Amino acid sequence: MKIIEINNLHVNVEGKPILRGVNLGIAPGEVHAIMGPNGSGKSTLANVLAGRPGYEIVDGELVFLGQDVAAMEPEERAQSGLFLAFQYPVEIPGVSNMEFLKGALDSLRAAREEPPLSTVEFMKRVRALAARLDLNPEFLKRGVNEGFSGGEKKRNEILQMLLLEPRLAVLDETDSGLDIDALQVVARGVNDYRDGLTAAGEMLDPGQVERAVLLITHYQRLLDHIVPDFVHVLTGGRIVESGDRTLALKLEEQGYAWLAS
Amino acid sequence: MSRGTVADTSVEALVKREYQAGFVTDIESDTLPPGLDESVIRFISQKKHEPEWLTDWRLEAYRRWLDMPHPRWAHVDFPDIDFQAISYYSAPRSSGDGPKSLDEVDPELLRTYEKLGIPLHEQEVLAGVVKDRAPGDAAGIIAGDGSAGGDRALESAPTGEAAEDAGAEGRSPNVAVDAVFDSVSIATTFKDKLRDAGVIFCSISEAVQEHPELVRQYLGSVVPAGDNFFAALNSAVYSDGSFVYVPEGVRCPMELSTYFRINAQNTGQFERTLIIAEKGAYVSYLEGCTAPMRDENQLHAAVVELIAHEDAEIKYSTVQNWYPGDAEGRGGIYNFVTKRGACLGDRAKISWTQVETGSAITWKYPSVVLRGNDSIGEFYSVALTNNRQQADTGTKMIHLGRNTRSTIISKGISAGRSNNSYRGLVRTTPTAHGARNYTQCDSLLIGTECGAHTFPYIENRCATATIEHEATTSKVSDEQLFLCQQRGIDPEKAVSMIVNGFCKEVFRELPMEFAVEAGKLLEVSLEGSVG
Ligand SMILES: Nc1ncnc2c1ncn2[C@@H]1O[C@H](COP(=O)(O)OP(=O)(O)OP(=O)(O)O)[C@@H](O)[C@H]1O
Ligand SMILES: [Mg+2]
Repeated sequence: MKIIEINNLHVNVEGKPILRGVNLGIAPGEVHAIMGPNGSGKSTLANVLAGRPGYEIVDGELVFLGQDVAAMEPEERAQSGLFLAFQYPVEIPGVSNMEFLKGALDSLRAAREEPPLSTVEFMKRVRALAARLDLNPEFLKRGVNEGFSGGEKKRNEILQMLLLEPRLAVLDETDSGLDIDALQVVARGVNDYRDGLTAAGEMLDPGQVERAVLLITHYQRLLDHIVPDFVHVLTGGRIVESGDRTLALKLEEQGYAWLAS
Repeated sequence: MSRGTVADTSVEALVKREYQAGFVTDIESDTLPPGLDESVIRFISQKKHEPEWLTDWRLEAYRRWLDMPHPRWAHVDFPDIDFQAISYYSAPRSSGDGPKSLDEVDPELLRTYEKLGIPLHEQEVLAGVVKDRAPGDAAGIIAGDGSAGGDRALESAPTGEAAEDAGAEGRSPNVAVDAVFDSVSIATTFKDKLRDAGVIFCSISEAVQEHPELVRQYLGSVVPAGDNFFAALNSAVYSDGSFVYVPEGVRCPMELSTYFRINAQNTGQFERTLIIAEKGAYVSYLEGCTAPMRDENQLHAAVVELIAHEDAEIKYSTVQNWYPGDAEGRGGIYNFVTKRGACLGDRAKISWTQVETGSAITWKYPSVVLRGNDSIGEFYSVALTNNRQQADTGTKMIHLGRNTRSTIISKGISAGRSNNSYRGLVRTTPTAHGARNYTQCDSLLIGTECGAHTFPYIENRCATATIEHEATTSKVSDEQLFLCQQRGIDPEKAVSMIVNGFCKEVFRELPMEFAVEAGKLLEVSLEGSVG
């Protein structure tokens, strides 16, 4: 079974067609990269997968883990294992990161009928992940994304991904705004995720990892660190070209002009 | 067509809310017919076997009230109140002349308080308040403190485990309760234990009988009978309330709490609370309130007076959850209250903490008169309005003594089509050398149809005083909600998390047990504020 299957997806935003027939399937273990010019609909695709209000599916199917999720609430999709790392993570002043992470994890666990983690175990996991992502543990006490630098916000997204252990991670330009070291840290986090790193710090057996990554990026250099299985080009609301990682290199050299849109 | 469109979970959609304390207790009561004249006042006074001076005091208040115009300056809107349509006295028939021992209280009344989460059995008081909280609800609100709590907050857990522990260990009960049902006090718990410590905690009616000299000395000393329209009315017709006296040097061994319940129809509740802390004494007191859901508005006009002598401290907390009316604004309590404390002695301290979630209209300004040198006044407030609720609340800090200090932290949350105003006065007189005030006033909007307003008044007549005022307004945004949802948190939980985060600084001032209660209450009050 595919992790996700997107069939002939048409999406309007404020009555305007933005996605115009997207087809994409991602199997377990795969990393797909989506590239494309500004305004081509990449974030729209990410948002509609996550169920953001205001994105109207006018046609097509969105099948996640064998289930049509088009009518599901965003939190239900999250609870069934869909994770979106935001292009622009929003701040929630007053709610500490720690509370937020615990609230999120408890909700996901409750949806799976698992009891909440003990605070001690929870803290252990979060601290270990923070260290892995080079985040100062102080950040856990601050408001969600409050006063974080651009790079810290992105690393915080990756921390959430590793903590929440989704089945599909959609990363919307998680590489933008990162310095060289941070880019490597983030890339390592994504690779760890793909390879089956659990929030408890263990590695799943390779045969058991049922995870996939959809990576939205403008830069081929990210793909030096996270090697994609497929690269797709989205322009004008459609995937107009797909290939392996060499496609990204070609785009880097030649831009998007040579592609029919 | 829009087969795949997700239901609108934007912050906009505001609809229903459920009020859980809205049931009516079916109990026989003795209720005066509606109407107000001198004979009603004499009736109440007689019913309570009051001494003549008190009857006269009431009548004097009544006469002054007759000459006062109904005040209209608050930023709230409501039709004229027909004071002749209200009944001024209602008592459960079984209550006889006043509170008695718990065994004698009508079981129906005990069940009422039980249902409200306020069991009056002495052993169970605390366990009962904490026990039936779902884990993970509210303890985190205080424990999960992001800024100051630091690692304590992280380790000690945003999960409600703290609350569970408290229940499990069966920590010795440390809350004494006075339960006021309509016009009378029906029971006061832990009286003996308090008496051993020298603390008097009883209904004010009882205090008039048992300690008339104290009542006479202090009643009306902070809020004079003619202070304002509603205080005058209260002075004329108040029927019961709580009385606390903590003698010199005594630290009250437990939290004191009064639980007010309006049950009867067409009745007003006019309670009177008087708390006196002698030199070096300490007391922490909490009041809670609920009322059944009724279509017509009911008036609640209370007066609270606090007196703190030298080095004394009074901590007064309120969790106000009167029936707020329905989504269309029908019914609900008019909560028009005068609360004032006087720091009479040097280094006295009075601290008001309030969590106001109920009432159709809330109109109150718990204040402190800082007379003693180095005395301290504090006001921590969370006022939440939803649907058609209106709140105009704040404080007055009157600095008279040298180096007096006051802190005002106000958190206003507006949802639905409600209106929420902060109104605060900081005044320093020329004698208040070195006085300091810090005011912080934050508003949080949920949705686009509600209003938040701030009316700070500063009257500084002392050159050496320092007065600081900060104000912010923010909104719960769709983006914030979506972030929470994307992480698996449903929108109502998300709003309550955001609101609780916003209120943190105030919640941490509440006694632990009540902070849990307050967090829970906010959550319920916000129900339906996202759809
Ligand atoms: N909420 C919205 N309201 C109106 N238009 C929108 C909205 N969201 C997206 N759009 C429009 O849809 C188109 C696609 O936007 P989208 O954010 O998906 O592009 P993108 O490929 O992610 O671009 P970038 O590379 O700049 O991030 C743009 O023209 C954008 O203006
Ligand atoms: Mg984008």
